[in-house]
Amino acid sequence: MSAEDADSIAIGEPLMELTDLHRTFMMGDEEVRALRGVNFTITKGEYVCIIGPSGSGKSTMMYVLGCLDTPSQGSYRLAGYEVAELDDPELAALRNRYIGFVFQAFNLIPRTTTVDNVALPLRYAGVGVRERRKRAEEALTRVGLGHRLDHTPDRLSGGERQRVAIARAIVTKPELLLCDEPTGNLDSRVGAEITKLFEDLNSELGVTVVIVTHDPNLAKRAKRNIKLVDGQVVYDGPPQEGR
Amino acid sequence: MFEHILSAFLALKANKIRAALTMLGVVIGVLAVTLLVGVGDGARIYLDEQISGLGTNLMTIVPGRRETRGFGPPAGNTARPLVMEDVEALERQGSLLRGISPMVMGGGAVRYKGRTRDTMVLGVGPAFSDLRNMHVERGSFVRSEDVDSRRRVCVLGRTIVKELFGDENPLGQTVRLADGRFRVVGLMEERGTSLGFDLNDLVFIPVTSAMDLFNQDHLSQVLASARSKEDAPAAAEEIEQILARRRNGEKTFTIQSQDDLLKTFGALTAAMTLMLLAIASISLVVGGIGIMNIMLVSVRERTREIGVRRAVGATKSDILWQFLLESVVISSTGGAVGLGLGASIVLLLKRFAPSVPVALSPWIAAVAFGSSFVVGVFSGVVPARRAAELDPVDALRYE
Repeated sequence: MSAEDADSIAIGEPLMELTDLHRTFMMGDEEVRALRGVNFTITKGEYVCIIGPSGSGKSTMMYVLGCLDTPSQGSYRLAGYEVAELDDPELAALRNRYIGFVFQAFNLIPRTTTVDNVALPLRYAGVGVRERRKRAEEALTRVGLGHRLDHTPDRLSGGERQRVAIARAIVTKPELLLCDEPTGNLDSRVGAEITKLFEDLNSELGVTVVIVTHDPNLAKRAKRNIKLVDGQVVYDGPPQEGR
Repeated sequence: MFEHILSAFLALKANKIRAALTMLGVVIGVLAVTLLVGVGDGARIYLDEQISGLGTNLMTIVPGRRETRGFGPPAGNTARPLVMEDVEALERQGSLLRGISPMVMGGGAVRYKGRTRDTMVLGVGPAFSDLRNMHVERGSFVRSEDVDSRRRVCVLGRTIVKELFGDENPLGQTVRLADGRFRVVGLMEERGTSLGFDLNDLVFIPVTSAMDLFNQDHLSQVLASARSKEDAPAAAEEIEQILARRRNGEKTFTIQSQDDLLKTFGALTAAMTLMLLAIASISLVVGGIGIMNIMLVSVRERTREIGVRRAVGATKSDILWQFLLESVVISSTGGAVGLGLGASIVLLLKRFAPSVPVALSPWIAAVAFGSSFVVGVFSGVVPARRAAELDPVDALRYE
């Protein structure tokens, strides 16, 4: 499935709608209320940073938005699907089709070539082997790594690894690029390159970018910041100066 | 499915040494199954050949009752012996018999020009040669007229000829057997051993002369053979009737057929093969535990990978199949290697050491390979389930 499909969402239409969303865990005997009544909507084509101090519920938010975790209470609709109502195979299909993940630690599969790493999501989408390789090469070329197809991750620099991870995230042409501290393990120069890449992908492909971060440099370049404190939204608007 | 198998092979390729060491347990297990069962099978085939080699449709009649059927007191030691008249009756009345030979067995020293050899002396009839498939190479075997006139002639086996005569021609010479003098009339052909018994270390004399020599009036046993395999049961029935009639209906003898012997040894070797299989299975089980252990380690080590796969769209069952097939691929590959090694060893033994009885039957190849597959499934289930049930969030956070 890709953005060209008939049921894709038009720019400006709501992609993610959160209504009074709660997420509560049990840690031992203690109840941890990571998210308490979050409301916001992100529309297709937006570039959003979710910021906040550690312990604010950022990570939980990232996993809920990525359909890896489900809300305890309230509603999360992604592309019109009520996530809480889906079972495991449906959630897997939803992630595969609508979401591309970029992690702080890159999370490439070791001892596996760049092109195979990138092609991985296509395998679960049921794409044939030859088509997978072709699309993976395209995605790698798009992130500027067309010359590193058959390298294994251990032979790449940190910046290159993150580019491979981004290629893996965009290979399915998802609606949403969901990034968890994508520049956290990179020096500032490489971090800036990666930031630029997200901006380009946002403007050129129209992919919605949601970045969970506490990097102010990353946050101030986004068009919209959502600030979480203690599991609640305390700010939602354009980047504030002086942060 | 093909996808999963392919990626299982890729995962193994990515960790060659570990995969090879993990396989080793199954390789050894399947090798052990193949070899041990090969030995058991070989023994069975060897015994079959040996027993069939005794002669075709052979029956042995021995005095006394070896089995009790139905009611009545058990047969005592008062068994009426078998005598020459019994043999004559069988020769006259037995319509389904191809041949019949009385037998008297005894031991004795054979002497020639100061050389002595203790050996087994068989008193036989002329039919013995055909019945037992033992033929003379030179001269003649014991003949009817030798039996009728109690002639003191003998036929020597290869070993005795070599020991007593060396290069000398024994035909026509006279040897001392116990306290009698016997003229050598025939030399047996080379026969090898049967069931550990040297068939070349024998002296044949006419059965009547043997009774004189050992001073006895009864026979040790009587050999008979049916005209065909189909006739064998009827022939045994006929012998029983003829002999029982001469004993007022009393069955004071036992007929042992080759089939009985085959069955007895068959049960024995089957039990041995099963026992060997059980022993070999233990190593296969150990191999399986090894795989399970490594798969559990592998699942733990690849926790993050599992998280990533789930994030990019793998379902629980995708993960389950991935690890299950990895285990099956390790185990089956190990099984194939073990089978290949085992088969090679069996074939090499057959070629370079033909005296070692080994065999490789297709069923054992199938069992060996099949069991390695089953071992793979069993050792893969627990780790694969564990992998599939991992929470993707925990998996991604795993350090």
